[in-house]
Amino acid sequence: MSKTEIEHSETSDDAGDEHDHPSDNKYIQIAIILAVITALEVATYFFEGMPGEILIPLLLIMMVIKFFYVAAWFMHLRFDSPLFTKFFVAGLVLATVVYVIALTVFEFWHKG
Amino acid sequence: MTENEHSVGTGVSNNKLLMWVFLGSECLLFGGLISTYLIYRSRFADGPAPGDIFDIPFTSVSSFVLLMSSLTMVLSLSSLQRGDYRNTRLWLLTTALLGALFIGGQVYEFTTFLREGLGYSTSPFSSAFFTLTGFHGVHVSIGIVMLMSLYVSSMRGNLKRESSETLEIVGLYWHFVDVVWIFIFTVIYLVPSPTS
Repeated sequence: MSKTEIEHSETSDDAGDEHDHPSDNKYIQIAIILAVITALEVATYFFEGMPGEILIPLLLIMMVIKFFYVAAWFMHLRFDSPLFTKFFVAGLVLATVVYVIALTVFEFWHKG
Repeated sequence: MTENEHSVGTGVSNNKLLMWVFLGSECLLFGGLISTYLIYRSRFADGPAPGDIFDIPFTSVSSFVLLMSSLTMVLSLSSLQRGDYRNTRLWLLTTALLGALFIGGQVYEFTTFLREGLGYSTSPFSSAFFTLTGFHGVHVSIGIVMLMSLYVSSMRGNLKRESSETLEIVGLYWHFVDVVWIFIFTVIYLVPSPTS
């Protein structure tokens, strides 16, 4: 292994395994944010007059925000090696593409 | 380096990488189950429709319980990384109990649905619903078994600060199960469902 390769390997180790995790207070802050978003999601159930064109995108946006908070902070993707993110995102993107195609084939979007 | 040799070092933990690859593949499993549910949710035949049978306030409480179990999981890992074994066990046990509470809620929901005439083979909607939420429940149950194994291991003094990666990997699985429920709760329960 050349000197450059060794340096790269050591850098990767630092980025991958020897990372600093957030404090307990930060985790509690994240949990409070997640709880507030969940409360907002549930609140939409009681607003019966809200049209689907607004309600569904609103719910999906809140869902995605919650997903990113859990993945980035609790699963440590924000601090870990980018390689982990790549594998996870690859699975997510592949699943999304495959099943959007499947739903299109079954004319899901036409049924609303 | 000879012609047949190649570098296999990624610079990251192989065990952690394996868990992330597994979680990536799990996205495909749950993506398939969620898509199947979406396709069949309007086909409830003569059985109850999803919009008539879902109890959103009850499921909201279950969702909150599972969400908070992610916090206790990460607090357990944080305690272990500090070498605080007492709190590691306390948060591990709390996480397992919250998971068990979620499963208890799911069993209650399933039995209520059965009493109201929604069995597994009542309609394509019911089959897709029970398969999706049942698969998720099995994942949570497996997570509880892993958490309790780590708890016992810690009681025996085998879960040390130096081996905190084991707890971190189980934590990744647990958080993933929570992430999947975030999707299920929104797409299956909160997005308005068809009524009869």
